[in-house]
Amino acid sequence: MKKIAYIAIFLMLGVSWGCDDQSFLDRPPTSILNEDQVWKDESVVLSVLGNLYNRVYDIGTVKDWASLSNFNDAFWSEAGRYGSFQNNGWGNGDWATWDYGYIREINLFIQKATVADALKPAVRDRFLAEARFLRAAYYFELVKRMGGVPLILEPLTYDFSGDPSYLRHPRAKESEIYDFVISEMEAIKELLPASVAEKSRATKGAALAMESRAALYAASIAKYGVNTPTVTLPGGEVGIPASMANGYYTKALNAAKEIIAGNAGAYALYTKKPDLSENFSSIFYDKANNSEVIWVDDFKLKSGKVHYFTGANQPRFGAEEEEGGRINPSLNFVEMFEKLDNTFAPIPTVDATGKPIYYEKQVDIFAGRDARLAGTVMLPGTAFKGRAVDIWAGYELADGTVLTGSDRGAQKTLPGQSIPTQVVGFDGPIDGFEFTAQTGFYIRKYQDPVVGSGQRGVQSEVWYVRYRYAEVLLNAAEAAFELGNKADAAMYMNQVRERAGLVIPLTAAEITFDRIVHERRVEFGFEGLYLDDMKRWRIGHLIMDGNPIAQADLSKDLGKATKRNTQPWGLWSYKIYNPGAANNGKWVYKPIKLSRVTGADRFQLGNYYSYIADDIVNNNPLIVRNPNH
Amino acid sequence: MKIRFQYSYFLALAVLFVSCAEDNYTEPKANLSGRVVYNGEPLGFEFNQVALQLWQPGFGKLAAINAPIDQEGNFSSILFNGDYKLVFPKGRGPFRTIVQDASKKDTVFVTVNGTQQLDISVEPYYLIKSATFSGGEKKVSVTAALEKIIKDVDAKEIENVTLYINQGQFVSRATNIGSKSIGGAEIANLTSINLTVDVPTILPTQSYVYARIGVKIKNVEDMLFSAVEKVSL
Repeated sequence: MKKIAYIAIFLMLGVSWGCDDQSFLDRPPTSILNEDQVWKDESVVLSVLGNLYNRVYDIGTVKDWASLSNFNDAFWSEAGRYGSFQNNGWGNGDWATWDYGYIREINLFIQKATVADALKPAVRDRFLAEARFLRAAYYFELVKRMGGVPLILEPLTYDFSGDPSYLRHPRAKESEIYDFVISEMEAIKELLPASVAEKSRATKGAALAMESRAALYAASIAKYGVNTPTVTLPGGEVGIPASMANGYYTKALNAAKEIIAGNAGAYALYTKKPDLSENFSSIFYDKANNSEVIWVDDFKLKSGKVHYFTGANQPRFGAEEEEGGRINPSLNFVEMFEKLDNTFAPIPTVDATGKPIYYEKQVDIFAGRDARLAGTVMLPGTAFKGRAVDIWAGYELADGTVLTGSDRGAQKTLPGQSIPTQVVGFDGPIDGFEFTAQTGFYIRKYQDPVVGSGQRGVQSEVWYVRYRYAEVLLNAAEAAFELGNKADAAMYMNQVRERAGLVIPLTAAEITFDRIVHERRVEFGFEGLYLDDMKRWRIGHLIMDGNPIAQADLSKDLGKATKRNTQPWGLWSYKIYNPGAANNGKWVYKPIKLSRVTGADRFQLGNYYSYIADDIVNNNPLIVRNPNH
Repeated sequence: MKIRFQYSYFLALAVLFVSCAEDNYTEPKANLSGRVVYNGEPLGFEFNQVALQLWQPGFGKLAAINAPIDQEGNFSSILFNGDYKLVFPKGRGPFRTIVQDASKKDTVFVTVNGTQQLDISVEPYYLIKSATFSGGEKKVSVTAALEKIIKDVDAKEIENVTLYINQGQFVSRATNIGSKSIGGAEIANLTSINLTVDVPTILPTQSYVYARIGVKIKNVEDMLFSAVEKVSL
């Protein structure tokens, strides 16, 4: 027995002596790729780049429905979120970002791609340009939120000498970061493909669109920064001298013109569908030959990269999941959409003498308005996924009293009847009842009409549009206006308006600052541009002035840039029940301030640039803190 | 003897509690409190808006200890004994800080040792000299007089003067049931500003409201307030 053991031991010793231990133990890993392998293979490099693409920062995105619907353009019909309408503003640290880890990885990518000789030069150049595009995109995001930041263009490495202070860099001027973004886009635009079909990767169009937006933001900060003299720092880390405004406006206009001229591909406004509202909402979900969209955050079903925007916001009645209805656009937002004769008017609930107006059909009250209204907001009386939304607040009886219920589709007995009937819509609105259309509206923009998009197990592949052609046109309009060329401004703006059904062109004399602001509000509602627009024009503290909105205020100052928007209002519809009377079965509307809306928001001067966290300043004392913090 | 293991958990818990007392610092006990004053008179602010920052250097990483200032201009903070620097964040508060000398600038250095009172002097842009409130039938009126304190290059215009009322004692921009403003340009005489605000229906009914006036100064975030006063209707 012992003998067998000895034989086995010797055999094992013999075997282990017989092979080369070094090479036996030193094996290439099977679960990770090393540097050499990565930089040899185009498709692997692309997946590294894909990781960087997936980490792009957006202030609003479909991945987080609340981020797209902030600032009282909507009420949030979710019990846990009512607090946002009961407080009085935003924290100094909101919207802060400081991800130098991301910048370092992009810098590493650039450093390694530059020396990757195994790649074809054309491919390598495109990769490099894309990495520079992403880096500039993040610096643009940083400068919007934090002001000037340290501009780091090399991967920094610590030498473990015990003194890391050589890694400290002071903040650059705000204008220098904008200059960097603009010059990078100029440098890489020719290296990127001028392809309209490419949406999720950087293209020449995307580079020019970003250049145009960045230059425009810098220009407006330079021009309108004088209105908030305390939102500046003596070193220029925050604030841009007014003398630089025209230079930036010119750059913004030129970059936009380059896209409009077709140098980056045949971009055009999306006009595929005859129904203008349907057409407008299709921009955001039609992925086939979409000529308007320039750069997106793309999603794909069954790939793991999907989002639940539709599930969170779909009409609650008949939804594919027992939830939805979270974003409820406010009446303030709805009232901003013009009438087709280019005039502003409140939604007409009462006539000149104060008597209620009776409507034959629920949706009639919104007739004759900008088509973008129904393309952005799901109005009562319209349908989604082939099913009519059931939004109505109750019956108004002959004596003027209201009969309604406290549950979705609640039933009560009408006077003169013996069996109960439904007295409130299955989509609400019911005050304080989450997931119903509490303001009387649901959101339509970014909702995915595909079956299954509202199911948790399927979700949606609608893309998030970062840049689109309409913005390029409005950038051009704004830049031309600020440079004194109102005729061009009108020409650019009218293209966008015509697509929305506003076919009476605005004349050059009608283009004002208020018009520019207003056009962007209605065109880009719920697209995540509102905050940046308020900030760069320095009107945030005027729009959000901390005063509550009374009913009389709703119809005041429509179309004005600084119209107060501190609280979301709602608009509820009631069916008339008065058998025998002429108005029986017709609809009346009443504005309502929801009981959950108790606070009025105030945008503080300290909100213009976010708080730089204490640990950042501790690690790098060269960092100057932002003003008013 | 039979050992009952189920009690061992309680024993372990007891040990845990004992340990807590052993390895923690003693809690801070020194109370630094005071007021923000001009010529010895406290100034009124919006609750929790203006904050005094306390910095204690010498312990590595720095972070401000915020001592928020209440409506009547009081602040207080429970601290460890030691040396502190008191500053107002730049641009906050309806006042200008007083520069003491070139090296200290406007920082107040204080050595905390036990409970201590400390008033901090500032120069407000305006001063509410007097505010006389009177209540009427569903109305509150005020007659106020302002004085412009800072008249040099830092002088700032008034954006508006507002009378606020509330059911409770917290009266400010954020918490009020009624307000009435007069724009800075419409004020003809700083020493006699009259405002009247309608009192909305209050549930449950009460025969009084709290009122005060606030002055919003252009390009300054925080407002200056008078003292809160209870007004009978």
